[in-house]
Amino acid sequence: MLVYAKQTAAVASAELHKLMRDPTELFSRAVQPILWLVVFGQVFSRVRGIPTGKVGYLAFMTPGILAQSVLFSAIFYGIAVIWERDLGIVHKLLVTPAPRSALVLGKAAAAGLRGVIQAGVVFLIALALGIELRWEPAAIAIVIMAVMLGSAIFSTFSLIIACIVKTRERFMGIGQVLTMPLFFASSAIYPLDLMPAWLQSVARLNPLTYLVDALRGSMIAGGEMAHGLSTDFGVMLAVFVAFTALAARLYPQLAR
Amino acid sequence: MNPDSPPDGEAYAIETAQLTRRFGNYVAVDRLSLRIGKGVVFGLLGPNGAGKSTTIKMLTTLLPPTSGKATVAGFDIVAKSRAVRSRIGYVPQMLSADGALTGRENLHLSAVLYGMDAAEARGRIGDALAFMGLEAFGDKLVKTYSGGMIRRLELAQAMLHQPAVLFLDEPTIGLDPTARHSVWDRLLELRDRSGMTILLTTHDMEEADALCGELAILHQGIVAVTGAPAALKAALGAQASLDEVFAHYSGGTIQEGGRYIDVRQARNTARRLG
Repeated sequence: MLVYAKQTAAVASAELHKLMRDPTELFSRAVQPILWLVVFGQVFSRVRGIPTGKVGYLAFMTPGILAQSVLFSAIFYGIAVIWERDLGIVHKLLVTPAPRSALVLGKAAAAGLRGVIQAGVVFLIALALGIELRWEPAAIAIVIMAVMLGSAIFSTFSLIIACIVKTRERFMGIGQVLTMPLFFASSAIYPLDLMPAWLQSVARLNPLTYLVDALRGSMIAGGEMAHGLSTDFGVMLAVFVAFTALAARLYPQLAR
Repeated sequence: MNPDSPPDGEAYAIETAQLTRRFGNYVAVDRLSLRIGKGVVFGLLGPNGAGKSTTIKMLTTLLPPTSGKATVAGFDIVAKSRAVRSRIGYVPQMLSADGALTGRENLHLSAVLYGMDAAEARGRIGDALAFMGLEAFGDKLVKTYSGGMIRRLELAQAMLHQPAVLFLDEPTIGLDPTARHSVWDRLLELRDRSGMTILLTTHDMEEADALCGELAILHQGIVAVTGAPAALKAALGAQASLDEVFAHYSGGTIQEGGRYIDVRQARNTARRLG
């Protein structure tokens, strides 16, 4: 068990070393949330037709945009894995006796920590826009856990896709096709109640909806949850466990 | 291979029986039966696409065989794949050291994945860097290394846990002559010092002659001939070079054959190391 934890941590730490040496990606990932909040959010907060409870539209969508930035950066994680496959790094990892799930979890943990940095960026933007945020340590701890779990889910999902398609070209195509539907079929920028029934059922199957919900309840002052924290974290944990098991099974495909 | 050795798995570091791998209709490795004794440096020779890399991928448990059996270090590659993995080291043909990490970080990752504790890892990493002549570069990013240094680091990674069998897929492909000799030197010393069994693939006769105690020439997935380099040369006449042996048994020149993907892979590796 201890060896397993160390193996997971070693994979995560290698990933984080690389990220710290080349943080340009972190900056470029900050551009999109700025656009969504400053441009889209400012304009749409003038539309009074979207029922957002006690909070204004801009505050309502802020957790949604954090969830989106988590999704968008994690979903392209597989590109890095395909790059490692083209080099032979994947082969080297897979001939070690380390359990495949430790390799997958290590990558997910690194993605999770990267998500926390993104949360910091979105907090700063929200602060600049005058959105009322919650600063109690418990609320911040929930935001951090939700963001880590969400990043871990979508990066593992991305790894699964990488194991199936195996080439960068096909991966880019699929990544583009998946991100927008996942985003729009969630409660990120409008409440579930506003959606037609079929879209609501899709949104209920979308892990992003539960990430948004948990963030909405813990990030902004007066934010209301549709499902509650136990459902949100329960669903996310279950999805993560399932994805990790699947990714651990598929990971060896990358070396064939 | 000594025909008098007992046909029991313990006597051999690697034993394959009718090992076969197909990709669709393409038979990459066709009923390969080999016995490689402990401590031998064994060369699998053949042109691009002869089935060398596929054989190594099966023996390192990365690719399940379509049919047939094999044991490595006494364990079945399918039923006991994890036991095999903890007893082997592997340097893939491609570039497997992470350029965005330092040499020491690359080694540390391997050490932990092979289950070493911190103190043991530190000692072995220091020894491995020294053995490979990389002490001064341990804390430099691998992307600043030369091709020969990268290969030596990869060797250090693969031998860190003192495996029983070391697999090297085209260990000097794309290296200039000086770097090639630096890798050969390290390999020969490793063999003499550790008694490790080494299986390497190459399409370079000079390399086979310099390193290998035994050879198998693979052609279109089939073993054309096996034997010691000197014996193979002697069989074709006193003046024969290994090149001629190769040409004789592989039915043509070294450059012939090879699927697009094999050629692309070899060229990519050459470009990255060169």
